[in-house]
Formats: sequence, structure tokens, C-alpha cells
Amino acid sequence: MDLMIPDSGLLFWMLIAFGILFFVLARFGWPIITGVVERRNERIAKALDDAAAARQLLATLKLQEEKILQQSREEQIKMQEQMVALRQQLMEQAREAAKKESQIILEQTRKQIDIEREKAMQEIRSQVASLSVEVAEKILSKQLDSDIRQLDLINHLVDESIKPRA
Amino acid sequence: MTGRRAILLFFLSVLIRGCLVPCAAEVKERPPVNVQEIILGHLKDSYQWHFFDIGEKQVVLPLPVIVRSKERGWHVFLSSRLEDHRGYKGFYMATEGLSEGKIVERNSAGKEVRPFDISITKNVVSLFFSCLLLMILVISLAGWYKKREQKGDSDAVPTGFKGAMEGFIMSIHEGVVKKCVGKDYKRYSPYLLTAFFFIFLNNILGLVPIFPAGANLTGNIAITMGLALFTMGAINIFGNKAYWKEILWPDVPLFMKAPVPIMQIIEFFGIVTKPMALMIRLFANIFAGHIIILALTSLVFLTVAMGPAINASMSAASVLFSVFMMVLELLVAYIQAYVFTMLSAIFIGLSRKEDHKDAPVSLNVKPENVQ
Repeated sequence: MDLMIPDSGLLFWMLIAFGILFFVLARFGWPIITGVVERRNERIAKALDDAAAARQLLATLKLQEEKILQQSREEQIKMQEQMVALRQQLMEQAREAAKKESQIILEQTRKQIDIEREKAMQEIRSQVASLSVEVAEKILSKQLDSDIRQLDLINHLVDESIKPRA
Repeated sequence: MTGRRAILLFFLSVLIRGCLVPCAAEVKERPPVNVQEIILGHLKDSYQWHFFDIGEKQVVLPLPVIVRSKERGWHVFLSSRLEDHRGYKGFYMATEGLSEGKIVERNSAGKEVRPFDISITKNVVSLFFSCLLLMILVISLAGWYKKREQKGDSDAVPTGFKGAMEGFIMSIHEGVVKKCVGKDYKRYSPYLLTAFFFIFLNNILGLVPIFPAGANLTGNIAITMGLALFTMGAINIFGNKAYWKEILWPDVPLFMKAPVPIMQIIEFFGIVTKPMALMIRLFANIFAGHIIILALTSLVFLTVAMGPAINASMSAASVLFSVFMMVLELLVAYIQAYVFTMLSAIFIGLSRKEDHKDAPVSLNVKPENVQ
């Protein structure tokens, strides 16, 4: 069976041709292709990892955001409460101040009124006095036209002025 | 609709042909068909490329013959010169003996001897063509990447045929080379990829019956021997210390290796039988596939003598079976290339592993692969 005997000529050309083929492809073919694809695979793997990391980061950020929102809401409520309290306090203070002011004014008015009244009383008194003096003068001038009466009166007056001293 | 019509037309043509051929045969008595000769003629190498016959005339492409006679030196001439029965410059085709169908000469002692023959035969032409084709295909893909990378577009992914090529190449690179060789698989990847695609391309070209394809290259033992020699080199040249220790001083009781080197002899046979198995396996598989296809095709010519009805039905059956075998051979083309590459990778992986005892065999099945 010459089919089973390798032909030396064909083997010779096979070794040369395959050798050249291997050399050329090993230099200019396979490493470039496999290198490019392997680098691409690495990039894809890295991109996937990055995406996963970004998703994780996003999740934590969302959590933080929620936390911050919650905090701010709480703070808002607190501030509102504080504002209400402050307002009430301010109103209280204002009311107090107004009360004091009105009291002072009232006091002053009262004093003024008192002074005015005193003045009026003084005036009335002096006018009454002068009036009474006038009246008395007129009465006296009418009554004291006799000596006896004059004397009686003088006596009466003297008695009167002595009595309180006694 | 068109598909059905095409099938109908096909059967009709087969029937008509079946009727016509016997009529022609009756007119001119032809010698009986020698199937063995036809089949072996198609499978064997030859000094010329035979296309077809027109009547008595053969249409061939003559190829250069390069021979070196021990006594007369180098000779280069076209194979068409050998058609003359007397031969050319003392060289002629042997008609019998071990070198039947090969160029021989008669030396000064009058003995018929084979000169050193490196003729560009049909298989050599086919070999050059397939190597060139593979080079163009692979380097054009590599060039595509280079061009994109120079443009700064390193993320570019090829589409169409180039994309398919990338997927195919990477499936071997990742699925066979990386898994079977192990740690430094990148070093062996170029050789194993070259071997795989050389075998695969030639298996496919062997199925295409049109020039310049159609030579039975991977079904030729010289070609598979060449491939096996390369694998043998890859295994043994770069084998590490553990590998050589395993051969020269294996871990067996002393009496098996010391005075009489029994184990060493066995291990040495292992070096030879591994590539030998690769050589025979590829050759036999492709060779057998071609024989079956050719035998089925020969049914058409064998049944001519049995009358038109049998001939027509057998022709149809033969075409159907041939189509089936062709499809099967497409599968075999891939499987044999895959097996050769995988076994080479495993043998290389075995010669590179660190320790025989601790390291698991390269054929290990990873837990995630076992469901």
C-alpha cells in the first residue's frame, strides 16, 4: 500500500510551506487578533465592574440623600416650632411692654388729673374764700352797723381763736 | 414553491440522463468501470492536475517536475513531457512495483531507482494555495484591527465574514488552547491556531471539487506526518524538567529502570506514538470520508449496465447519499481539525505541567462544567 508511505517530496514541501505559514501567522496574524480581542474582553469586563461599582455608589448616594432629606425635614419642623415659640414670646413681650406703657400713661394721667383737680380745688377754694369773704364783708357790713353786734362778733371770734389752743 | 420545483427538475434530469446514457453505451462498447482505479486516482497525488475528459482527450494542467538524480543532478521540466512512453531525459513513470505512478530512472547499473523528487505535484499546488489563502484571510483580519487601532478606534468590532472569523478563531483560542495547554497557553496559541485552521481549511477545500480546491490534502499521509512532526517538536523541544524526568527517571521501583531501562523504552515509545496517533487519525478519517463520497458517486456509472430504471433510481439515491455524506464531511472537517488541535494542546500541556503527582491532569473537568 503506497498510500501509507509518506511521499518525501510532499513532506518536504509540507514542512517548508507549513513552516512559512506558521512563521508569518505567528508574527503578523494570530497574536494581533487574539491580543485585540483579549484586550477588548478585559475592557468589557472592567466596564461591567465599573458599572456595578457605579450602581453601588448610586445606591449609597440615594441612601445618603434620603438621610439628608429626613434630617432637613426634621430640622424644618424644629425650626418651625422654634419660630412659633419665638413669636409667642415676642408677642408676650410686646403685650407686657404695652401693658407697662399704658400703666405708666395711666399713672401720669391720674397724677395730672390729681394735679389739675388740686389746682381746680385751689382755685375753687380761693374763689370760695374770696366769695365768702365778699359775702361775709357784705353781710358784715350790713350786720356790723351797730357797735354791739360788732363787739359780739369780736368776742365770738376771739373765743373761737382761743379754743383750739386750749 | 421554487424549492419544490427545483427538486422536481432535478429528478427529471436524473431520469432523462438515466435513459440517455445506456443508449450511448450501446452504440459504443466501453470497457467496464474500474471503481477502485477511479477512487484511488482521485485520492492519490499526481504530477498533473486532471480536470475532466472530453471524449478521449484529457484536460489537464501540467505541473513542474523537480527531480535530482544521484548521477545526473537536478532536472526541472513540465509533467506534460512524461506523456511520451519513452519518458523524458531518462525519467519515466513507473508502471509497477512500490513506486508505481511515480517518476523513476534507470541508473548506470541498469536498476530502476527513484530520484530525489520534490516536484510541484497536485497536492503541493493545493498546499501552496491553501497556505496563501489562510495567510490572506488571517492577515487581512489582523490588518483590519491594526487600521482601526491606528485611527484610535480600538473598540471596533468586525462584522460579517470578519466577525465570524474572529468568533471562530477565539473559540479555538479560548476553548481549546487556553483550556488544554494551561498556564502559558499564549506561547502555543499561534502554532495550535495555525494547525487548526490549516487542517480545517484543507478539509473544506478537499470537499470542493473545483480547481484550485479538490485535492485530497489532509487525507494524505505525508501532510498529516508533517503536522505530526510539528506537534512532536512543540511537545518535546519546550518540554520542561518534570516532563523529561518522567521519561528518563520515572517514579517506579528501581528494578524497572536501573539495570535494564524498561520504563525508559516504554516512555520513549510514548514520545513517538503520540504524534503517530495524530497522524494516522487525521489521515484515516479524511481518507475514508473521501472514499465513501467517491464510491457513492461511482454508483451512477456502475449501474449503467443494469438498465435505465435501476440506473436512474440508483443515480438519485447516490446523489442524495452523496449530499448527505458531504454534509457529514463538513462536520468531520471541523471535528478532525478540532481533535488534532485539542490532542496537540493536551500533549503540550502534559509536557509543561509542574509536577506529575500534585497537578491534576490537563484534561481535568472543572467543577462548574459538571452539572
